[in-house]
Amino acid sequence: MSVLVFVEGLNGEIKKSSLEAASYGNQVAKALGTSATAVAIGDVKEEALTQLGAQGISKVLFDGEQRLKQFVADAYVKVIAAAVQKEDAKVVVFSNSNIGASVGAKLAVRLNASLATNVTTLPKTEGAGFTVTRGVFSGKAFADVALTSDIKIVAIKKNSFDISSEGTGAATVESFSAGLTDADFALLPKETVMQDTSGGVLLQEAEVVVSGGRGLKGPENWHLIEDLAKELGAATACSKPVSDMDWRPHHEHVGQTGTTISPNLYIAVGISGAIQHLAGVNSSKVIVVINKDSEAPFFKAADYGIVGDAFEVVPKLIEAAKALDK
Amino acid sequence: MKILVCISNVPDTTSKINFAADNKEFDKNGVQFVINPWDEYALTRAIELKEAKGGSVTVINVGEADTEPNIRKALAIGADDAIRVNAHPKDAFFVAQQIAAVAKENNYDIILMGKESIDYNGSQVHNMVGELLSIPSVVPAFKLDMVDDTTARLEREIEGGKEVVEVKLPFVASAQQPMSEPRIPNMRGIMTARTKPLQVVEPTGAEAKSAYVNYSKPEKKGGVKMIDAENAGELITLLRNEAKVL
Repeated sequence: MSVLVFVEGLNGEIKKSSLEAASYGNQVAKALGTSATAVAIGDVKEEALTQLGAQGISKVLFDGEQRLKQFVADAYVKVIAAAVQKEDAKVVVFSNSNIGASVGAKLAVRLNASLATNVTTLPKTEGAGFTVTRGVFSGKAFADVALTSDIKIVAIKKNSFDISSEGTGAATVESFSAGLTDADFALLPKETVMQDTSGGVLLQEAEVVVSGGRGLKGPENWHLIEDLAKELGAATACSKPVSDMDWRPHHEHVGQTGTTISPNLYIAVGISGAIQHLAGVNSSKVIVVINKDSEAPFFKAADYGIVGDAFEVVPKLIEAAKALDK
Repeated sequence: MKILVCISNVPDTTSKINFAADNKEFDKNGVQFVINPWDEYALTRAIELKEAKGGSVTVINVGEADTEPNIRKALAIGADDAIRVNAHPKDAFFVAQQIAAVAKENNYDIILMGKESIDYNGSQVHNMVGELLSIPSVVPAFKLDMVDDTTARLEREIEGGKEVVEVKLPFVASAQQPMSEPRIPNMRGIMTARTKPLQVVEPTGAEAKSAYVNYSKPEKKGGVKMIDAENAGELITLLRNEAKVL
């Protein structure tokens, strides 16, 4: 048996969330007295994959088929299922990304496996059991779930595990093919449009997020959020009312019915902190709240707070951030 | 066109979450249940498609009798009929099997549901149903239109962008905003919902593949450190030297 980690690429490099998955997979393998192998698909260079040695991965199966650079669920599932079989994997680790969660669910059906998504802990494996903790009730609680099938699939929550660098040596990259046919690519996208993410930081992968609410008074003032984000290397986000009023695009909406994020630092400017908003951000490690209303409920969930007008406070923050050594 | 919309019965978004029986069970006490907000995007889009193209919208829920008020609400919003699979939803795989079993008998053209439920946040059932029925699943979609009678065009979110996908019927899709604007049932809808068919079927013998054994709540924060607005720049120093996040 072994542990298999699914590695996603973006613009030729390994996604940060996949490095977390590789580190996690290696730790699970050690606990089970076996080794971890990776299977990589998509837009990633072979040189980048050799660096997975640092996360304790000694072998990477790589399908470099051109059409796999775009996400096509059926093709991805077929490749990963073949890798599971080849490696006799009993634990499969994904990042809980759009791709990871999609592929995980299809794979679970195909392999008759147990699946837990949004996982926040390493498994407890005493007595041949396999129990992980996962986030439930939109960040308001955790649940311990026992996976009972022979094969277990876990999709780990982003930014919840450290990237290890304990391994030495480069990983060997083996070219791998599952014999994909045109039928596997029936759902190849007609068109892919990438957003103009300010500063090029992807919200779901960002370590720092600067977010604006109605307190900004209008879309014309968003340069405050964008400038601060740029200085901090952060992604930008917004509250639900802001995206409902079309001040900002829907994909920036963080909250219970938007994107759920867990960055190291979340800075909320002019957001009062409704319970639905908190649900999407409360697993952030450090929360900063800037609001002119000292009674804003968000202060109760914050680590640092400033009571003040965004139009006066944010320029001061931008100035201070400019003075930081980068 | 026959559309099946899968709905979950979940605690209202403002609910405080508590557990009972020594943290082994969710505590329903004092909790208001609603149709999962993500499922509402799926439901209203299905009704819009029916209004434009004809056909029917069936709602399915896997749950015990206490979910019926929200099934009736879906009928009041505009679904034509409903099926309740009479079972406690043990896990995503169990639920997907129940939905797939009903779908196999009824040949739906489109199966829609929210991108995830706000209680268990699994985001699994749509892809599992697609896989169990061997039909495509497009997840998570925020736009759904018919190109012609046999082909739909969907836009789905990917990390950092979007993709446009064209897919032949039948297929599964999950919904998120801004796919549609959820509707509030009107008085006429509420009256007619009372007499619309709600069929209760017993579950298949499908097994769950996971078991929820314990629940816990996040640790409380240590309290907020306030910084004077006049010296706002101090915050950046604290974030670097004290919190060590910059």
